[in-house]
Amino acid sequence: MNFDFLSNPDYDILGAFWVTVQLTLLAAAGSMIWGTILAAMRVSPVPLMRGFGTAYVNIFRNTPLTLILIAMSVVLSNKLGLVLASKSSPTFIKDNNFRLAVLGLVIYTSTFVCESIRSGINTVPAGQAEAARAIGLRFSQVLWIVILPQALRSVVAPLASVLIALTKNTTVASAIGVAEASLLMSTMVENESDALLGVFSIFALGFVVLTLPTGLLLGWVANKATVKR
Amino acid sequence: MASVELTGLVKQYPNGVRGVDGVDLSIGDGEFFALLGPSGCGKTTLLRTLAGLEVATEGTIKIGDEDVTALPPGDRDIAMVFQDYALFPHMTVTDNIAYPLRIKRIRKAERVARATETAEGLSLGVLMERRPSQLSGGQQQRVALARAIACHPRVFLFDEPLSNLDARLRLEARTFLKKLQQSLGVTTVFVTHDQAEALAMADRMAVMEAGRIRQIGTPREVFQRPASTFVANFIGATPMNLIDGQVVSGRLDLGGFTLSVPPEFDVAEGDKIVYGLRPEYLSFAASAPASKDTVQGTVAAVENLGVNVLVAVDAGEHSLRAVVPEADEPEVGSTAWLTPAPGRALLYRGDDGELIGS
Repeated sequence: MNFDFLSNPDYDILGAFWVTVQLTLLAAAGSMIWGTILAAMRVSPVPLMRGFGTAYVNIFRNTPLTLILIAMSVVLSNKLGLVLASKSSPTFIKDNNFRLAVLGLVIYTSTFVCESIRSGINTVPAGQAEAARAIGLRFSQVLWIVILPQALRSVVAPLASVLIALTKNTTVASAIGVAEASLLMSTMVENESDALLGVFSIFALGFVVLTLPTGLLLGWVANKATVKR
Repeated sequence: MASVELTGLVKQYPNGVRGVDGVDLSIGDGEFFALLGPSGCGKTTLLRTLAGLEVATEGTIKIGDEDVTALPPGDRDIAMVFQDYALFPHMTVTDNIAYPLRIKRIRKAERVARATETAEGLSLGVLMERRPSQLSGGQQQRVALARAIACHPRVFLFDEPLSNLDARLRLEARTFLKKLQQSLGVTTVFVTHDQAEALAMADRMAVMEAGRIRQIGTPREVFQRPASTFVANFIGATPMNLIDGQVVSGRLDLGGFTLSVPPEFDVAEGDKIVYGLRPEYLSFAASAPASKDTVQGTVAAVENLGVNVLVAVDAGEHSLRAVVPEADEPEVGSTAWLTPAPGRALLYRGDDGELIGS
């Protein structure tokens, strides 16, 4: 295999993967927060919130991510004028696209986070919520103090799968020009047609390096966190 | 501490089933009150409605002088102990006990002090930093009790708190709970399906069937004079003998044998009745006694109860049960004479099973 391209200073492979990592971490944090709120809505006693949560999850979970990200750029930003960076900044387009990509990933991934957490909530015995209500907790307190701490512990493993899927889904951000790993790969595939196998192997390896430890670490956390009854 | 007053209480589920169907009940201040009944009789629904976990469809609930029918559970000043304890598995024993106090905005120092004091009283002192999964069933039950006690509520609600313990521990816990309730003096409503538990612990009890109360009274009253054949069947370690019969020529014709009409019951010639007598009140003899009011039969089965044996005697169309001291244990197939103890027999109306004259 030919790895000569590694010495070409135009190819900032580490920099591209760093963008991938940033996309992943920001989108993961956002999805976790928004997904938890969505899950709370889906189990709430208020029909309007339940309806919103259900509709949201069903719409965005079933829309292709590519479509969501392109819509973020074309519809939200170009047509509706949503701007997420300072226009006077020299890196405006780059920043704006990066932030739109994070937002799009959050909108999409939060649906999977929501459904994982909701399945976790269902594993908490109904008696827990009743005991909490009987000692005077309101719905929000029951959820945040008693139910979610137990539910989240039981969904670390499924959330790890969501995180790994998210890491790989960041590659779709190349569709709106975010300079992450797969965009660089496309460029290199065009320029280094004699070293295709090498290029693909490097990027495949890069993703394995990112996702494998994630899976192992969170698998260990899942074991530690399990609620013993 | 407070009395509890239920008036015309109904809990109807959306599917039309009435879990609680018109209950009027008055529980005195400091009373230990048992709700007893078979599974599905509505006793737990009644307790949950009292707790505020279910919303009453009709009727009112008063705790003390306050109408709490529409209040959420947290504002009723009650503490509930659940059948499976429902301890929070992600919190330590201390936090489990102190959490309700935090909801009541009691300062941390006092919370911890109260939790520790309550736990010490229930010999949980050394377990304070453990989590519920590291405790035995009996210890978990005491943590659940401590959580309720530390709240200093006006009313305790216990939903079968002993049923998850093994048989021996249950007896210990029974005594413990009774003593605890007496020393705290807090009004307590206790749900159980175990008639022995209700008889042993309650000051007064209500027997429920199909969402309604069938009888209210002290354990002695309910045991000695069950108000209906349903209650008679349900109460007592060995089931009561209940025999269909009719008043014929001034005597009770019970199908194959006759007995005299107990004098305290007012029956007329031809009335259909059910004759009820506890096996403990049927004395057994292996030879014919002098009394005329006796039933002759054949021993069909003998069950060992420990100190006593339960003897099933086939007489006429019926099988009668009698409790016999172990020394007098008869052979299966031998002839036996059974004599009702005077003043112990009960007569129920044949049509609706209600106690005659009650």
